[in-house]
This record gives sequence, structure tokens and C-alpha cells, in this order.
Amino acid sequence: MGRYVARRLLQMIPVFIGSTLLIFLMMYALPGDPVRALMGEQAFDPSVVENIRRDLGLDLPIWQQYANYLGGLVQGDFGTEIASQRPIADIIAEAFPVTIRLTLFAFTFTVLVGIGLGVIAGLRPDSVRDRGLLTLTLVLISMPSFVLGYLMQYFFAFQLQLTTPTVQDSESIGDLFLPAIVLGSLSLAYVARLTRTSMAENLRADYMRTAVAKGLPRGRIVGVHLMRNSLIPVVTFLGTDIGNLMTGAIVTESIFNVQGVGDAIFEALTRREGATVVGIASLIVIVYLLTSLLVDLLYAVLDPRIRYA
Amino acid sequence: MPEKTADKVETTVATDPAPGAAATEAAPASAKARSLWSDAWNDLRRNPLFLVSAVLILLLLVLAAAPGLFTSASPRDADLAKHFLQPPNWGNFFAADWLGYDGQGRSIYARVVYGARASIMVGIGVTLLVAVLGTAVGMIAGYFGGWLDSVLSRVTDVFMGIPYLLGALVVLTTFEERSVWVVMLAMAFLGWTQIARVARGSVITIKQADYVVAAKALGASTTRILMKHILPNALAPIIVVSTIALGGYIAAEATLSFLGVGLAEPTVSWGVDVSTGRQQLRNAPYVLIIPSVMVSVTVLSFLMFGDAVRNALDPKLR
Amino acid sequence: MTTTAKTADVPAPRQDGDFEGPLLEVRDLHVEFVTRDGVAKAVNGVNYTVGAGETLAVLGESGSGKSVTAQAIMGILDMPPGRIPKGEIFFRGQDMLKMSNEERRRIRGRKIAMIFQDALSSLNPVLSVGYQLGEMFRVHQGLSKKDARARAIELMDRVRIPAAKERVGDYPHQFSGGMRQRIMIAMALALEPDLIIADEPTTALDVTVQAQVMDLLAELQREYNMGLILITHDLGVVADVADKIAVMYAGRIVETAPVHELYKRPAHPYTQGLLDSIPRLDQKGQELYAIKGLPPNLTRIPSGCAFNPRCPKAQDVCRTDVPQLYPVTERDGAELAGRGSACHFWKETIHG
Repeated sequence: MGRYVARRLLQMIPVFIGSTLLIFLMMYALPGDPVRALMGEQAFDPSVVENIRRDLGLDLPIWQQYANYLGGLVQGDFGTEIASQRPIADIIAEAFPVTIRLTLFAFTFTVLVGIGLGVIAGLRPDSVRDRGLLTLTLVLISMPSFVLGYLMQYFFAFQLQLTTPTVQDSESIGDLFLPAIVLGSLSLAYVARLTRTSMAENLRADYMRTAVAKGLPRGRIVGVHLMRNSLIPVVTFLGTDIGNLMTGAIVTESIFNVQGVGDAIFEALTRREGATVVGIASLIVIVYLLTSLLVDLLYAVLDPRIRYA
Repeated sequence: MPEKTADKVETTVATDPAPGAAATEAAPASAKARSLWSDAWNDLRRNPLFLVSAVLILLLLVLAAAPGLFTSASPRDADLAKHFLQPPNWGNFFAADWLGYDGQGRSIYARVVYGARASIMVGIGVTLLVAVLGTAVGMIAGYFGGWLDSVLSRVTDVFMGIPYLLGALVVLTTFEERSVWVVMLAMAFLGWTQIARVARGSVITIKQADYVVAAKALGASTTRILMKHILPNALAPIIVVSTIALGGYIAAEATLSFLGVGLAEPTVSWGVDVSTGRQQLRNAPYVLIIPSVMVSVTVLSFLMFGDAVRNALDPKLR
Repeated sequence: MTTTAKTADVPAPRQDGDFEGPLLEVRDLHVEFVTRDGVAKAVNGVNYTVGAGETLAVLGESGSGKSVTAQAIMGILDMPPGRIPKGEIFFRGQDMLKMSNEERRRIRGRKIAMIFQDALSSLNPVLSVGYQLGEMFRVHQGLSKKDARARAIELMDRVRIPAAKERVGDYPHQFSGGMRQRIMIAMALALEPDLIIADEPTTALDVTVQAQVMDLLAELQREYNMGLILITHDLGVVADVADKIAVMYAGRIVETAPVHELYKRPAHPYTQGLLDSIPRLDQKGQELYAIKGLPPNLTRIPSGCAFNPRCPKAQDVCRTDVPQLYPVTERDGAELAGRGSACHFWKETIHG
């Protein structure tokens, strides 16, 4: 197992380099120039701009810039924003906890409600409640999160005045409640459907017939034999979904005005701060890669037929 | 009645296979044999979900192709003085003021009708691009294997490693002018990986099938094997994944436009309208809600369609 | 020696009531399934009995209703789409179809156990075999986890799985096919039930392993004096272990007989066809006989005798009248115990 993890970690390196390089290249293809954006409208001396560019290493060939960047990243140096002269690590340290909190909150909601609904529907495939849930999840999936977000904002904040329309305090669970539901709703719908399908499928499995033939009580047949098998795909989905939730947070944050990663990315994009965008993206890519490794390991634990290979 | 059915039975049995055939082991009578596609079609015809979504999609296609049929009002005519945030006049079906006017005095009904084109074009365009690109990569990787597979699979991993929304944000900010084509290409550039994986997987399975081995043994060319034997058999899962993804692409386009990096004025698009509507959410929620509902209904139609197609083509997943 | 005499020899069954009749009696059982193409009549009036220590082999092609009957006895039919419009299943004199779910559950596994064909898919893939065996003791006898595990090891020893102690924590996919089927047998045997239903227990196994597993099953059956219903399509498996045979076709029993008599003198053209289609060494070089045609579609069973479209002896009466299970006698009218044939022309068939 240790060897498997080590090998997987090694395999991640090229993927990580490739993904970040791609984002890096795209950022540098951006038409704007951060140094010029810094100067604003005022008249400037081209030689001054040249000097700043040289100091920042922006005159080097792009592959060298990337190598320098990666070298810094390995030592934990994300670089410095050009305009504000703030270390990018600071910006990340400020924005990430907010987004992670929101993501975890949404994730908990997804797991509890999604699996709960899926089980309720999956135990009786094709019943009224099953069809009802399928319809509900279909509606949830077909609503882009900004639609759901604004609908929720309109009803809960403007009509019922239960909450403030935007998040005032990103540490408060009450404030994050609505954004978390909006963020989690799409995953919730997928989890509910996956749980339902997986249960309905396993319900027909031969070993379920055996469990009945053994004279086991229904609670045990469902709780042990059915759930243990049905939740395997759900758990793997949930694992890979953490990354999606983190990027989905970009939209939710913009609706509810949460000062998280999405906010930071937007600001950096408009000011053409390439290093900030690449830095944040790299972290999210790492989250993606690590969760997918975690999922694979978990998969092998849950399903004895899978061996580390 | 019962006698009649009995008669029928006898005739079918009487015309049973040629005498002497080793019968007990043989496959069911050929009259009963159903191909995957005709069976799927039989299934679909009877599925109300499929019929409803097909009608809706047809309507949306007509809307996208000929918006002028549905309204004489122009989506760009603005009259701030007369029509600023005028609420919907529900009784006045399909007139310019039916769904009210937005903050610039433009008919929301006209905008919703003309906005369909952008959404549908992006949705279908991205789906086709992704299907072609993904299938090509997946088929090459799956069929040839070896180093080619390794390289292509790593490239797929790299693209999969980039979160879709984040990647789209970065790619699309690169362009100053974002037309429907730019948005489509950017979305396809980031989105082909899923199909590539699906195609690769099924090609690897099909490659080992007896009929492919036989075709190879008979000296069929690689192109012929790929196009005649492998592609038709790998198509079902690709179609299933594609139709389901279509709704997702429409939602993604709306989301990107809403975030301000997708389509932009003067292109008429639902996502753009939702984005403008957010300023007036408190006083005039309909400006935002109406295009939102249009997006959702469109996505829903394609999702139901995809779901029905999947159930028909792959009964196992039901 | 007739079957009745043979069953009478065996030691008295372990009784927990005063019931004197047969262990299991199926009476006029009907099962149908609602499908997309109509109602499939899978079982159409089956009758049979099994006594303690007795082995009944139920023979038939797939779709003949042999497994469905077993599932109805076991109470594991999928309902819906399945339903039992008519019939009774007496276990020790009590009609199980009238019992509550809870009463039936207590019988399952404890009094009547089942062995399935495909042990790989019939065992839960993500639970260790020790857990799945021990579960029987934990649920039905309230044993602790530790005691149940000890009993599981005993069981595995009992069915001769080598190194039971070391392998108790292994998962089904880690065993060979034969070993997996032994685990299935162990599971069925766990609570020493009165009746075991084995649904094609050896079909999925290699020929060499088939005999071993069959012998083990027969040996354990003798030892515990259990009733056994052996469902199979393989005439070869049946001969050595069964006491009597019921041949099924299209949801009906078409012939019953003590095992060796059936081989010697079949009284139904279908049975005759089955026997003729077994390859034999002394007929080397000749074309192998095959019953012509296909088994009937259960949604549209032919009128009259269901076998008539495939029957070489079919007459007009066969297409109109459903033959009942006639008692089969010698030419002189002497009774042949336990023999019956659902053929209008049984006399011609058996006496040539």
C-alpha cells in the first residue's frame, strides 16, 4: 500500500506540472499587461516599464518564467502581486479558509441529505416517492446554481427577510447556510440519484436473494448487505466532488458576496495578475489530485475486490 | 378472444425453424430478435418523459432558428422613457409587453425569444465538437495502445486536472471579443476529456471482441476496422454521455455569461440577461427570473431527453 | 424397490411437532410474471412432495419453471412482477403462503435453506465468508461475533475447505469455484435445516469438481437426514443421488418416477427425447438426437399439451386437451408406485 501511494504521488507530478503549465500559458496569452495596468492612465516612461519588467523577470522567455515560478512554488513561494506588492501567499491564506469552510459546509449538506433522499427512493424503485425524487433532482440539476442562488436570495432575504442577502461574516454558520445549500444542491441531486440507482441495481443482485434466503431481518439485509455495496460508487463520487464544489464556490461567492477564492480570482483576472490566478489554480489542482488519490485508496478499502495495482 | 390468440400461437409455432436444426440450444426465433437500436426506439416511443422533452426541444429549436415567428418586437429596441422596468402583463399573451420590460426598457419577451439561439447553438455546438474530439482521441488511444495511449491518457489527465469553471474563466478572459464561436471553442477545448475516457474504455473492450479479431485476421485495414467495426459499436455510450452533457453545456454557458466571461452584450443571451437582472432583484425580480426559468427549462428538456436515451440504450443503468 | 419403501426405511425425521405427513408438499402451485410482452405463466399447477431424508430431483430446460417453483417455496420470488394466483405450499402441514412475513423469515435459513447456482454472485462480494457464514448464527441463534466466527470455521472444516482458520477472513472472490460452492453449502447447512433446495448446484463448476461437490452434498444430506430438492437440467447428475424425479415442461410436471425407472422406461415423449439426446459411447458415429423446435414462450403457451408442437407423437387431441398426470401402470394394469405421466399416449410411450 505504501508503495502504491508513493507511485501515485509520483504520477501526480507530471499531471500537476501539465495542468499548471496550461493555466500559466493561458494567463500569459492574456492581452493585458499587468505593469501597464499598474501605471494606469498616467503618462509613463517606456524605460521605467522595461526596468520593472526586468525586475519581475517578465522579459525572460516564457518557459524560463514558468521554471522560475515552479521553483518558487516548491519552496512555498507563490510570488508577489505586481500592483499591491502583497505576497500572493497572504491573499491565498485569506481567501482559502473562507472557501474551504463554505465547501465543507456544502459537502456535509450534500452527504446527509443526498444519501438520505437516495436511500428513501432507492428502496422502492419506481414507486411514487422514487419518481418524485427523480423529478426533484432533475429540476435541481437543470437549475444552474446562479438561478437557484438568486431565487433563494429573493425569497429568503427579500421576501421572508430571514437572512441578509449577502454574507456579512464569513465565519458565521448562519450566514453561510444559504450559500452552502445553493453550492451543494447540484451535488446533492447527483448523490441522491447515484445512491438511488446504485441501490436499485444492487437490490436485484444475486447476493440480495441469498440474504433473503438466509432468513435475515429486513433491517439487516438493507443496512448491511445492500448499503455496504451500494455506497461504494457514492463514496467515490463524493470524493471527486470536493474539487468541483471548490470551483463551484466561485459562482456562489459572487452571488452572496463572499470574500473567498472566487472573489480573489475575479479580482486577479481583471487586474491581469497572472501569478495570483496560477497560484490559486495550482492549489485547487492539488486538491483535485489529492482527493482523487484519497478516493482510490478508499475504494480499495471499501471493495475487497480492488487491489492496489 | 382466447381462441383467437391460441390460433395465432399455432401458426407461429408451425412456421418454426427448418427440421433437424439443433434447436434447443439455438437463439430465440429471428422474429423475436431485436437490435439495440430498434429496441431503444420502441422503448423511447412509449416513454412520456422522452415525448415531452422531444416536443420541448423541437420548440426550442424552432425558437432558435426563427425567433421572428414568435414576436415582432426587437430584443434590442430600448425605450427607457416609456418602458423602464414595466412588470409583466400576463394576460397579453405573446405581445411585446407580455413578460414586461427590463431596466433599459427592452421587451423581456423579445429578449427571451431571441436569446434561445445563443444557448442552443452553444449547447449543440459544444456537444458536437466534444464528441468528435473526444471520440477521436479516445479511439486512437484505445485502439493503438502503447506509448500513444500513455501520452494521450496523460494529456487527458492534465485537462481533467483543471477545474472546468476555473479553466473556462481563464481561457475566456483571454479574448476581448467573445462571440458564440469563441465561447463554444473554449468550452470544447476544456470539456472533451470525459468522452475521450468513455470512448477509450469501450474501444478497448470492443477491440478484443471476436468479430474485430476476425476482421483483422481477414486482413481488413486499420481504417476499415476503426470505422466499420469499432466506431458503430462504441457509439452507444458516447451518444448517451453526449446527450446528457448537452444540458450541462447550456447551463455552463449561462453561468459563464452570468459571471461576465461568456457571451456579452450586444449578443442576446439568457445568461447575459440574468447578469443584468441581478441589479434589480429586489424591485423587479422578474427581470432575472424569466430568463433563469428559460435556462432551466431548456436544460431540463435536454436532461430528460438524455436520461430517456440512456435508459433506452442501456437498460442496465435504469 | 419403490420410492415409498425407500423413504420408509430411513430413520425417523427430527420432529419438532407431531406432524406425520411429508416434510414439504406443493399443491397446485401457479406462478406468473407480469412482463412487457404480457403475463408469463411460469408455473401452471405443480404438485410434489418431499419427505425427510428424501431427494427429489426436478428436471427441466431453462424456463420450465423448476427454479421459479423453488423460489416460491423459499419465499424469494420478486413480487411484483411475480405473483402466486393459486396454490398451497405446506411445510410440516402448514401452508407457508398464508404465513406472515416474519413467520416465513424464521423458516428461511433455519428450516429450509437454499444453495444457488452461481456462488460468486450469490455471495456478498464485500463481506468476508466468515462474516457471511457467522451471520446465520448471529441472527438466528443470537451468538456473539466471536462465537459465530468459531462456528463459521467449524462449518468450513465440515465442508472440507482446507486451512479454514486462515481463510475465514477471506472474501468470496479469493476462493476457487468449487470452494465457493462449498461455502454456499456450508451456509445452507449452518442451522441444520430440514430441507435444502439446491438450484443447479454444480452447473457453474468444472466437471471434475462437480462430482466432488455433489458427493459432499449427498453425504451431508444423509448424515443430517434432510430433505433435498435438487434442481437440474443435467440428467447425469441426477442418477446417483436422487430418489425420485419430476420432469417439468412449460410450468407443469410432465412425468414423475423413481429415478432408475425413469431412465429405463420413460413414459413421456419429452423425457424420452431428453434421454435420447444424451451422447452415448455405444452410439459413436451416429447423429445425436435432438428434440426439434424451441421451448415455448411462456406468455403464449400452446393450447392442449404444451409439448405438442415439438412432439413426434402428437395427435389432434394433444392440441386441444391438456393431459392430466395419469398414473402409469404395467401392461396388465399393475400399479407402478410413484409413476405418473402427463401424456395422452403414455401407454404407447412406455410400452412401445
